[in-house]
Amino acid sequence: MLFGYEWDTSAGPLVFAWSILPILLTGVLVTIQAAVLGFGIALVLGLVLAVLKAAPSRLISWPAHGVAEFVRDTPLLIQLFFLYYVLPEYGLLLPAFMTGALALGIQYSAYMAEVYRGGIEAVARGQREAARALNLSSARTFTHVVLPQAIPRIIPALGNYLVSIMKDVPILSVVTVMELLNVAKIIGDRTFNYIVPLSLVGLIYLIMTLIAAGGVRYLDKTLPKKGIALK
Amino acid sequence: MTEPIIKFDKVVKRFGSHTVLDHLDFEVNPGEMVTIIGPSGSGKSTVLRILMTLEQIQDGVVTVEGEPLWHERKNGDLVPASEKHLRKMREKLGMVFQQFNLFPHMTVLRNLTEAPRQVLGLSKKDATERAEELLERVGLSDQASKFPHQLSGGQQQRVGIARALAMRPKIMLFDEPTSALDPELVGEVLKVIRQLANEHELTMLLVTHEMQFARQVSDRVCFFDKGRIEEQGPPEELFTDPKRERTREFLKAVLDPDA
Amino acid sequence: MEWTEYFAPLMRGAWVTIQLTVWSTIFGAILSFAAGIGKVSGNGFARWISVVYIEIFRGTSLLVQLFWLFFALPVAGQAIGVDLRMSPVVAGVLALSLNIGAYGAEVVRGAIQSVSHDQYEAARALNFTPRQALWRIALPQAIPEMMPTFGNLAVQNLKDTALVSLITLQDLAFRAEQLRNFTQDSTTIFTIVLFMYFGMALVLTAIMKLLERSVGRWKTARA
Repeated sequence: MLFGYEWDTSAGPLVFAWSILPILLTGVLVTIQAAVLGFGIALVLGLVLAVLKAAPSRLISWPAHGVAEFVRDTPLLIQLFFLYYVLPEYGLLLPAFMTGALALGIQYSAYMAEVYRGGIEAVARGQREAARALNLSSARTFTHVVLPQAIPRIIPALGNYLVSIMKDVPILSVVTVMELLNVAKIIGDRTFNYIVPLSLVGLIYLIMTLIAAGGVRYLDKTLPKKGIALK
Repeated sequence: MTEPIIKFDKVVKRFGSHTVLDHLDFEVNPGEMVTIIGPSGSGKSTVLRILMTLEQIQDGVVTVEGEPLWHERKNGDLVPASEKHLRKMREKLGMVFQQFNLFPHMTVLRNLTEAPRQVLGLSKKDATERAEELLERVGLSDQASKFPHQLSGGQQQRVGIARALAMRPKIMLFDEPTSALDPELVGEVLKVIRQLANEHELTMLLVTHEMQFARQVSDRVCFFDKGRIEEQGPPEELFTDPKRERTREFLKAVLDPDA
Repeated sequence: MEWTEYFAPLMRGAWVTIQLTVWSTIFGAILSFAAGIGKVSGNGFARWISVVYIEIFRGTSLLVQLFWLFFALPVAGQAIGVDLRMSPVVAGVLALSLNIGAYGAEVVRGAIQSVSHDQYEAARALNFTPRQALWRIALPQAIPEMMPTFGNLAVQNLKDTALVSLITLQDLAFRAEQLRNFTQDSTTIFTIVLFMYFGMALVLTAIMKLLERSVGRWKTARA
């Protein structure tokens, strides 16, 4: 029994699968919550990182580059362990779920920063000169000309990272977060039947990523990109 | 009367709803140098691409040396050609492309030896000998170890010609070989083509916008318009005394741009 | 235990991590080419198998794949009377290779398809077979295009090896967790370990850059 649901191992794999489905869906909910929270954190931290990397002073931009590279080149698992064990030593006690989401957010902020930079640069190159010719100030150029064109263009890339984050959520199981894989693993440990719950997890992931990929494709197609020379 | 080496018999080629070749009849005799001129979109390149088996036809029959190109005879019937048949037919043909289409990752020498070795099974020594001989003919002996991007456009196209010749084809197809070149580089490529034409061993089919050149080297000039041959004849005749109104208009437009 | 004493066990773990990375990157590259070429091949069955493989392994989580191979597959094997029990090393290398191979396959496919159509036409005009055109004309031009992304995937693979510690394989991550359990000195241990991974990633990136340069030599030749 888990989360108040009983499983039924008496009558074959299909019955068993059906009986654990509600439990797994509880895990799905946690997975989605963790992914969305991690994504939100990455969106914000990524923007901060992108701005710092683009800072005019090398005293700021170089360390920012270094941090981004470091974050991107080290495993999420170790970063998660670091946050999970080290933060409490400095008096910062977060629930495991929050620590996990924070780890996801930090890891992916490094990737997001690249997406922001790429999107802005792609637009800015051509448009900045046009804006200068029209005598718009650089701040106004950025907020009124560059950003409105860059945002629709980076959304599909950001969407892909949301899917990647979702696929990394199972790592949070090591710090006891009850996401989908952890739930399935516990069911497996208790019933000695791993194949049904773990296969179901795979199937659920396939469905989730297929839906998400479809969503990204839809966004990619419908977002306005008019008037931008796409390369 | 010699048997034509190339024969188009009521050939139809469509791209979607657009008819590029409209029941085209067209013949080329062995050793003949035929130039095809005409406005863009008139289907002139398509003729070459069909011969090189890069484009399929929808109707009619193309024969090369009396054998159907896109068809095979099976129990007396004509059936669509197998890959094996196409490979056999392709041996007779060589093609020079507008954009050269050299293999960028191979040196000039390997561009010339790769197909003879892999396709014809020549030994490395024989293929290299053949390649060096050809490079000398096109005046590029000193460029053998360079990569295509290190050469000028004119040099690249001369390699393209040598590469096609290395397969010892009976028919050479030139698809606007100088259209992608800077004006000052056109001459060196035309010089090589002229040499080949003077040797009279090859049957040559040239699509070009170089009217002067066409007039000098061709045995026959064909004016293509709207997927058909509007007019054809010896170059002197066609250029000085065109019979058809469309030919006159076209020649006037390309030969005298100020008119 | 002094912090300098951490290095001996951590180095032993790092050695396991390096071997895992090397083997799974090599096998992953082979799978990438097999499935990437399969996906563009004219053979319907090869295409179908490649698409299914790529979609399954890209569409699910690496840790799920790892657990499935290590925990579920042996049970399935038992049910049909085949011994599919795997040592953690085998399961780890297999899961990592299959996972990175699926991502790499899309890179290979994209690079092959980015080779200009003109090149295939030239190959056809010279009477190359489709197979010769693929191996001698298309792939040599496609491989330099793949290399930057392959470099990223190799680093991704290095990072992913940390997950095999969760099936008791004694890699760097495993040793770190073991040490932490023993000494409770989390800050020092995980800081060292993070820098060790970072160092390995930098070396791996440098190696991939060298490889990239050597396969793309023809592009940079000067006049």
